[in-house]
Amino acid sequence: MNASLPGLSTEQIAELIDLVKKVHGFDFSNYSKASLKRRLNRVMMIKKLEFYDLKHALLNHPDFFQDFLEEITVNVTEMFRDPSFYKALNTQVIPYLSTYQHIKMWSAGCSSGEEVYSLAILMEQNKLREKSFIYGTDINTVVLKEARLGIYSYRNIKSYAENYQIAGLKGSLTDHFTIMYDAATVHSELKTNTLFSVHNLISDTIFNEFQLISCRNVFIYFETQLQEKILELFYNSLCPHGFLCLGSKETIRSDTFKKKFKAINAKENIYQKIGT
Amino acid sequence: MALDENIINRWHSSEILLIGGSAGSFKLMFKVVQFLPADLNKSVIIVMHRKRNFASEIERLFARNSMMKLREIGDKDIIDKNTIYVAPANYHVLIEGTGHFALDVSDPVWFSKPSIDITFESAAEVFKNKCTAILLSGANQDGAAGLLKLRDAGSLTIAQDPDDAELPEMPREAINMKAADYVLNTIEIIELLRS
Repeated sequence: MNASLPGLSTEQIAELIDLVKKVHGFDFSNYSKASLKRRLNRVMMIKKLEFYDLKHALLNHPDFFQDFLEEITVNVTEMFRDPSFYKALNTQVIPYLSTYQHIKMWSAGCSSGEEVYSLAILMEQNKLREKSFIYGTDINTVVLKEARLGIYSYRNIKSYAENYQIAGLKGSLTDHFTIMYDAATVHSELKTNTLFSVHNLISDTIFNEFQLISCRNVFIYFETQLQEKILELFYNSLCPHGFLCLGSKETIRSDTFKKKFKAINAKENIYQKIGT
Repeated sequence: MALDENIINRWHSSEILLIGGSAGSFKLMFKVVQFLPADLNKSVIIVMHRKRNFASEIERLFARNSMMKLREIGDKDIIDKNTIYVAPANYHVLIEGTGHFALDVSDPVWFSKPSIDITFESAAEVFKNKCTAILLSGANQDGAAGLLKLRDAGSLTIAQDPDDAELPEMPREAINMKAADYVLNTIEIIELLRS
């Protein structure tokens, strides 16, 4: 695909953000502007809409908004994305978590569920699946439907096989799927202790207490002040000494939260909550 | 061939050096990283295609051999002078109006992530005419459209001479799109950056 796109002005982007906030209650005002602009231009290109058509559709066609939301948010994910992260999780975090009676995990911004099932596989290999529960949340209901189904293209699953090997897990990734033609369905027992639900990191609040929160490659779309607000939510949603995992290029920048989280693996951005 | 004064002046007055490369660009990229002086007084941004799990080997090699500070780009890093920034594997690199980098994991462009087009276009919007951009060897079309945006914004744009590139498609596409102010071979590129 060619990256060349028509351009929206800063004022037009501000107008769209304002409209979406007022009409649909989704606040994109503290999203990273460079990516948001690219996504907005992309929606206009895919839907063949000019700026005024886009505004009109957002105002007058309720169904259009779901579509819009799906295109605006980035839903690209992989099974075992950044295998070195899963390796670190396996060796540095899981032994600690295994001492808990129940292990509750939250994959925030889970998209189509690949990370939730990667965590489920990791827990299963450590014989911890039955006492663990993984929540996957996203703002996008369409991707959550895919996540619940747990059916992926076999071609994609094969392309994650290398990740699985590098992560140092036993057997092969396809062992955890039932393959039929190009459909790879995640084994049903991996689904039993998972729940997918809508949650908006910007406007929704605490819904449970977790031993581990994974929010990877979500902060890259947020400006730093919004990141800080969400760090507050995560801090309050973690049990004492609970773990927070950010993406491999995302660090805690806020001075307040640098004091509240200890980096236990600075390369993989795995943090542990300090205090209560 | 001696370089003309115009190109040398434009290189000297630019604040950002952008280099995009794909297959066959490593040798020249490595050479550039080695000779750029610690007091270059410009920010250098390198976007090179590579495999997603072949992460940081290139950064390590570059960092050991560079006189400038060199780092892999992290999300919301501030863009400083006298530093070479390398786009991480499996992320696109965008530039914010505030002078920060922003990363993005959306779909590959021309099968590439990082995409040179994305960074070049973003740089054109933010830095306008303040860049010198060089597009090196590669086997696809990534970077050409971005280079054109930079040229339109008034930045100095250079394509490696396709006859001199290990894989000519990428710079050739840029030349076909009239995205390059100058077409230079390896020796000329080095001469310019050393001037």
